[in-house]
This record gives sequence, C-alpha cells and structure tokens, in this order.
Amino acid sequence: MTAASAPPMIRMAGVDKFFGPLHVLKNVQLEVPKGQVVVVLGPSGSGKSTLCRTINRLEPIDSGVIEVDGQPLPAEGKELARLRADVGMVFQSFNLFAHKTIVENVMLAPTKVRKIPAAEARKTAMELLERVGIANQADKFPAQLSGGQQQRVAIARSLAMKPKVMLFDEPTSALDPEMVQEVLDVMTSLAKEGMTMLVVTHEMGFARKAADRVIFMADGEVVEDSTPEEFFSAPKSNRAKDFLGKILTH
Amino acid sequence: MSVLTNNLDLFLRAFGQTLQLFAISGVLSLLLGTLLAALRVSPVPVFRAVGAAYVTVLRNTPLTLVFVFFLFGYPLLEIVKIEPYTAAVVALSLYTAAFVCEVVRSGINTVPVGQAEASRALGLTFVQMLGNVVLPQALRSVVPPMTSTMIALLKNTTVASGFAVFQAGTIRDSLSEQGENVLLGLLWVAIGFVILVMPLTYVQQTFEKRWSVAR
Ligand SMILES: Nc1ncnc2c1ncn2[C@@H]1O[C@H](COP(=O)(O)OP(=O)(O)OP(=O)(O)O)[C@@H](O)[C@H]1O
Ligand SMILES: [Mg+2]
Repeated sequence: MTAASAPPMIRMAGVDKFFGPLHVLKNVQLEVPKGQVVVVLGPSGSGKSTLCRTINRLEPIDSGVIEVDGQPLPAEGKELARLRADVGMVFQSFNLFAHKTIVENVMLAPTKVRKIPAAEARKTAMELLERVGIANQADKFPAQLSGGQQQRVAIARSLAMKPKVMLFDEPTSALDPEMVQEVLDVMTSLAKEGMTMLVVTHEMGFARKAADRVIFMADGEVVEDSTPEEFFSAPKSNRAKDFLGKILTH
Repeated sequence: MSVLTNNLDLFLRAFGQTLQLFAISGVLSLLLGTLLAALRVSPVPVFRAVGAAYVTVLRNTPLTLVFVFFLFGYPLLEIVKIEPYTAAVVALSLYTAAFVCEVVRSGINTVPVGQAEASRALGLTFVQMLGNVVLPQALRSVVPPMTSTMIALLKNTTVASGFAVFQAGTIRDSLSEQGENVLLGLLWVAIGFVILVMPLTYVQQTFEKRWSVAR
C-alpha cells in the first residue's frame, strides 16, 4: 500500500490562515501518507486546533492548497459535505447530539449521508459501540454518560462513516484523569489497525507509543517534524526544548 | 347565563370558526416561520437578507394593516381572487410567521455551535444539519415563547371582525342586533378564549416535561 504513486492522505502546501490581523498558520507544509499516525504538539495558541480544522474546512484558509487523498478541498456545498464524510473528526468537547440516544448518534450520519438502511446502520453502530465498550449504554442520552464514555461514543460515531483519515483535537483534554486512558486505548488500537490519524494531544505517552511522527508547532509555524524518539530525546529547536522542559517537569 | 344559552348555536359556530382560523394559520405560520428562520441562519447572504427583510416588514406592521392589504389592497392587483376568510388566514399566517421565525431563531442560538460543527464534520449538508440536529434541539428550548406566540395568534383572530369574517370576535355584533346584553355576551366570549387557551398551556407543559427528561 506504500506505492510511491499513491497520493498522501493529507497534503498541505503553503497554507496561510489569518484571524483578522492574527497570522495563525504560516506557510504550513505537511504531508501525511496513508496509514501514518501524526501527533501535533505545541504551546497553547500555536495554531494546532486551527491546523486540524482546516483539513476538513471547518476553517477556510486564506492561501495555499489542502488535498485529502489527492482531492483538493472543494468550496462549501455538497462536494465538501461528501469529502467531510470521509474525514472523521473528534472534538475536545465530544459534541454528541444531545437530543439523540447513543446508538442514534452513531446511526445518524450513515443513514442520512450514506443512505444506509436503518436496520443495517443500527447493526454496525452496535458493533462499533461494542468495540469501544459502551454497547450496554446504547439507549441512554449523552448527558447520562461520563466524559470518557462520551468521547468513545464520539469516536464510534466517526468510525461509522468508515473514514479514510481521522482528526483528533485534544480528545482527552476535557476528561478527568482516570478517564484519559480508556480513550487513548481506543485510539491506540485504531492506530495499530492502520488508520491514518492526525492527533493534537498533550499525552506524551500516546505520542511515544502510537505515533509514527511528531509535528511541533509554535506561533503558527511547523517548527519540527521528526520521529517521536528523535523529538523527545533530541529536540532541535530551542522552542521545542523549552516546551518539553515545561510539560515533562509536571 | 341566558345570553349564552339563548345563543348557544351562535357561540358554538363562532368559536368553531375561531378555532379553525387559529388551527390553519397556526400550522401555516409554524411552517413558514421555521423556513424563514432557516433562511436567516443560512450560509447564503441573499437568503439571510430575504429572511431579515420579511421579519422587519411583517413584524413592524400592525396586524390590522396586514388585513387591510389582503382584503382591500390585494384584490385591486387582480391576480387571484380570494375569499375574505382565505384573506384572513393569509394575513394571520404571514404576520405570525415573522414572530415564529424570531422565536425559532432565538432557539437556534441556544444550540451550542459544536452541535453544528459535529454535523458538518460528519458530512451532513446544511439542510440535514438543521433538520436533524439543530432545529429539534432549538424547538425544545422555545416551547414557552412559542406557546405565547400561538396564544397571541388565537386572540389575533378577532381582528378579522373588522373585515366581516365571522368568528368569536363578531359575536358582539350579532348579539347587539338581537338586542341582547352585549357586555354579558363579551364576558362569555372572554371565558370562551380562556377555555381555548387552556389546552395550549397543557400542551406547553407536556412538551416541557417530556423534553426536560430527554437531555
Ligand atoms: N475563531 C477565532 N477567531 C479569532 N481568533 C481565533 C479563533 N480561533 C482561534 N483563534 C486564535 O488563533 C490562535 C491559534 O488558535 P488555536 O486554537 O489554533 O491554538 P491551539 O494551538 O489549538 O491552542 P490550544 O492548545 O489552547 O488549544 C490563537 O491565538 C487563538 O486565540
Ligand atoms: Mg486547540
């Protein structure tokens, strides 16, 4: 599957993004081949979330090119909706549909977007819930679940669309410490199965164990791009050293 | 009491008409108002402008003037002839839709933006997102103001009196023609409206109770 001719799953070239006068992404170059797990690190405000959100065009960019599986991101509309269906996204705040039960949350997009019959969608949804260990909560509402459980449902909801690539924006940051691991376990198993993943996280354990590659961002720039071993043992830039010093000491 | 019992048939027919006016205009204004709210939050600037213009015009025009337009002004345009009753339904629906629109829109604003983002990220189109995720949650949060809007519509049906459309508001005229005690008659009309409003309040409570559990 690593044929040289295959396009990268994600390609960003010369991407710039402004929020008003604020230059949030500065000439970002990034290629993520199929099956690779990339962890994005960086201090608060460095543009990690923005980077993540530009890939499925939740944030439009001001210049540059973004391609997903060789296809440039279309403008807002049906085309873009189709592309987003192939790009899973997991948010820090879960964002489960509050008025729908757990199983309905997982079934919604497959039935509405992929037009899969309800019975079949329910079966797949239950299998996915089984996989993330929440099948017994299928008929509850999101508010009745713990944060860790909600985030696992959110992952199942994304997987139900059979995405080509998954984006995670600090999936464990809103969780109580004792629930972090259950979510990381699900993500680690996904990584092992060969899912292409871009993960913004401060979980160094996950980065070391599951990532093929670490991207370090500061002030909207990709400052380092290396393997986890390299990055953690021998960071090149002072900013990365500074950052690692801060997070590893507490 | 005799005012009521002597004219029971009049009261029943009149309130029947009121109820019918209310039911038809209620359904139409809920549908149109929700559509307008969708326009007002759509990503297309032209749609937003149309929605905003509609609300500004209809909400700021006295209902009586809306009636005047459809009963006297519109026929002069000689497009399609409409009966006074139909004109009343149209006037009430168009007018109330502006208020429904604003109630729905305020409900949409209470839905966390993450709900819409998650929908978009999953590949739902704008219409699918609105229909399956945002509106169902928005409508749950606006049951009390929506009930108020519907109660206002119910009472606004009496504006049709000035335009010879028979309903509860015209009971007074019929009674005074028959030399009955008009004031007592009006008291019964008021009681009639209270009786009509009660089920609406009940519906409100039922929805509020049901939807407070499901969250
Ligand atoms: N919608 C917005 N409007 C204006 N400025 C924004 C918006 N979203 C983010 N920003 C700004 O852009 C910069 C980058 O934000 P971003 O959320 O991408 O950073 P981050 O690396 O994810 O930070 P954190 O670790 O705190 O999540 C910040 O300075 C932030 O204040
Ligand atoms: Mg962030």
